[in-house]
Amino acid sequence: MVRRQRVRFLGIPLRLTPIGARRLANFERNRRGAVSLRLFLVLFVVSLFAEVIANDRPLLVRFDGEFYTPFLVAYPETTFGGIFDTEADYHDPEVQALIEEKGWILWAPVRYRYDTVVKDVPGPAPSPPDARHWLGTDDQARDVLARVIYGFRISVLFGLVLTLLSSIIGIAMGAIQGWFGGWVDLGLQRFLEIWGGLPVLYLLIIIASFLTPGFWTLLGIMLLFSWMSLVDVVRAEFLRARNFDFVRAARALGASNLVLMFRHVLPNAMVSALTFLPFILNGSITTLTSLDFLGFGLPPGSPSLGELLAQGKNNLQAPWLGLTGFVVVATMLSLLVFVGEAVRDAFDPRKTFR
Amino acid sequence: MSGGRGPLVEVEGLTKSFHLRTGFGFRRARRELVAVAGVSFTLERGETLGLVGESGCGKTTTGRLLLRLLEPTAGVIRFAGREIQALPERELRPLRRRMQIIFQDPYGSLDPRMTVEEIVAEPLVVHGVGDRAARARRVRELLDRVGIPASWADRHPHEFSGGQRQRIGIARALALDPEFLVCDEPVSALDVSIRAQVVNLLVDLGRELGLTYLFISHDLAVVRHICDRVAVMYLGRIVELAPKASLYREPLHPYTRALLSAIPVPRPGRKRARIVLAGDVPSPLDPPAGCRFHTRCPQAMEVCRRVEPELVEVRPGHRVACHLHPAPPSNGARA
Repeated sequence: MVRRQRVRFLGIPLRLTPIGARRLANFERNRRGAVSLRLFLVLFVVSLFAEVIANDRPLLVRFDGEFYTPFLVAYPETTFGGIFDTEADYHDPEVQALIEEKGWILWAPVRYRYDTVVKDVPGPAPSPPDARHWLGTDDQARDVLARVIYGFRISVLFGLVLTLLSSIIGIAMGAIQGWFGGWVDLGLQRFLEIWGGLPVLYLLIIIASFLTPGFWTLLGIMLLFSWMSLVDVVRAEFLRARNFDFVRAARALGASNLVLMFRHVLPNAMVSALTFLPFILNGSITTLTSLDFLGFGLPPGSPSLGELLAQGKNNLQAPWLGLTGFVVVATMLSLLVFVGEAVRDAFDPRKTFR
Repeated sequence: MSGGRGPLVEVEGLTKSFHLRTGFGFRRARRELVAVAGVSFTLERGETLGLVGESGCGKTTTGRLLLRLLEPTAGVIRFAGREIQALPERELRPLRRRMQIIFQDPYGSLDPRMTVEEIVAEPLVVHGVGDRAARARRVRELLDRVGIPASWADRHPHEFSGGQRQRIGIARALALDPEFLVCDEPVSALDVSIRAQVVNLLVDLGRELGLTYLFISHDLAVVRHICDRVAVMYLGRIVELAPKASLYREPLHPYTRALLSAIPVPRPGRKRARIVLAGDVPSPLDPPAGCRFHTRCPQAMEVCRRVEPELVEVRPGHRVACHLHPAPPSNGARA
């Protein structure tokens, strides 16, 4: 009796069909992909807690018998016996002295946020790596390590959201084309060819220049073009599947088009669509980085890997900028490609494993 | 529902043509492939009509047209007295409960991602029959009826053999208590050893549930076993339609004779006078003028090349479309 099998993946108990379990086992057997996935997940989860890792406000302050959490709540300087009603500047030696008189300060591992302008840089900005700034500072005297941590998070989140939204649109469009075929298919294919023939980067630059780009507007602009990547695969799967006998059988039962598409065709089409997702994620991140590099991406001041690369290009005398940007982007994209390859191979029914 | 005692299914002049585009540029042309060219027959309640012919003669298309899985180009389909050839899908739905289909390929006809229980329950879900418990009971009953242990209900199709899958397909087709079943070569893809089991299952079910079958096959031996009447198709037309006994005893159309002569004789040393047809079936894109069979007919006459013969009743219940067998004048067959 072959039933749904209980499998643990990354410590999560799953109940999978035998095929699903075999695919998972195939994925796990690809060492490079499996390790890459874990590494990537660790980096991503760590970056999700960026506020706790890199912050210019202490995580915890013990003062006068009471606890304060400055990274969550803004306390005026007067709380700690200072003069000003404005928020305490914990980098100020006077404030530090005031607090340490009656308690202690627990800092985050990195004492800077992505937007903290360090006032006491050792030399002219960009300053090289030292004990306080492990990766140096950029040309606006901001800590590079802090910016990289936040930048990694925003890149991945942006990529994930963009991948999710463009998959939904792409799958829907592909499904409509493949299922209805005929003139619908013909018309939409021609539209896709024209739309796909547009010089995307130029258009993004033009649009981004008269729309103030924020996270969501940028996402919307990029969504205009990124949804096309899945259409062809899904369309092909639907074209193939609509002539399967089990789809005909369901039609003979009186099932509606929507039921046929969602219950019978889509699950079968998802397998091949799924193998594309890591690569689409990769592409999304690359596009965001290149826009940021050109200065048409996220608003100025945002932590962004593309902007870091641009700084590296403009400050060749400060190689830690370019090198950091290169290493981070290359590592992130390589990990995702390795994961994508492992997923693709795991879903390949003809692939034989030892 | 309809208390009419008339035939369950009536088909008149059923035609299906597909449009093909061939060539590019100057040679571009729209061509019409007539897969089914004016087919007429009736199916009495409880009757089994066999539909035989070579591959590509339009048998499968005919079966799918009856269930409106394809849209007919012309002609009338009456189901239980109601014309359904142009009925919108919404009005067709209640009728779909009463007519079902069994496919040839047992591997393609079951969704590989669903369990047997989900597959057999699907008709009930689609038509909103019963609650969860009632559906589970019904699935068990159906699986039991077709000889699949109910304890296997949570397995996936790939865990079954071809014969077992075909039984699951039959269970699904029976789920809504249909009156009419189109069996599209239901045993052609099966091993000879299990063919008989599935055929006998269909015969038993037909008898017990009073089913009406359209049994599409190219296997004349199976058709002889299961059918009451047989229609022989050639290039989209019915060339002979007769009660089984009459057809097998004395086939009238030269094509039917050639087909029957091809059935192997299960006795060593005995040989049948084999009629071997020359050449291939002509392309349905460009069917021959006159009788469609004249290019391969051993008894072709001058008239066959010019005039297309009508399907006429030459003996009681025995119809044939051939110039060798003109309608007997006394019989008043329609010309």
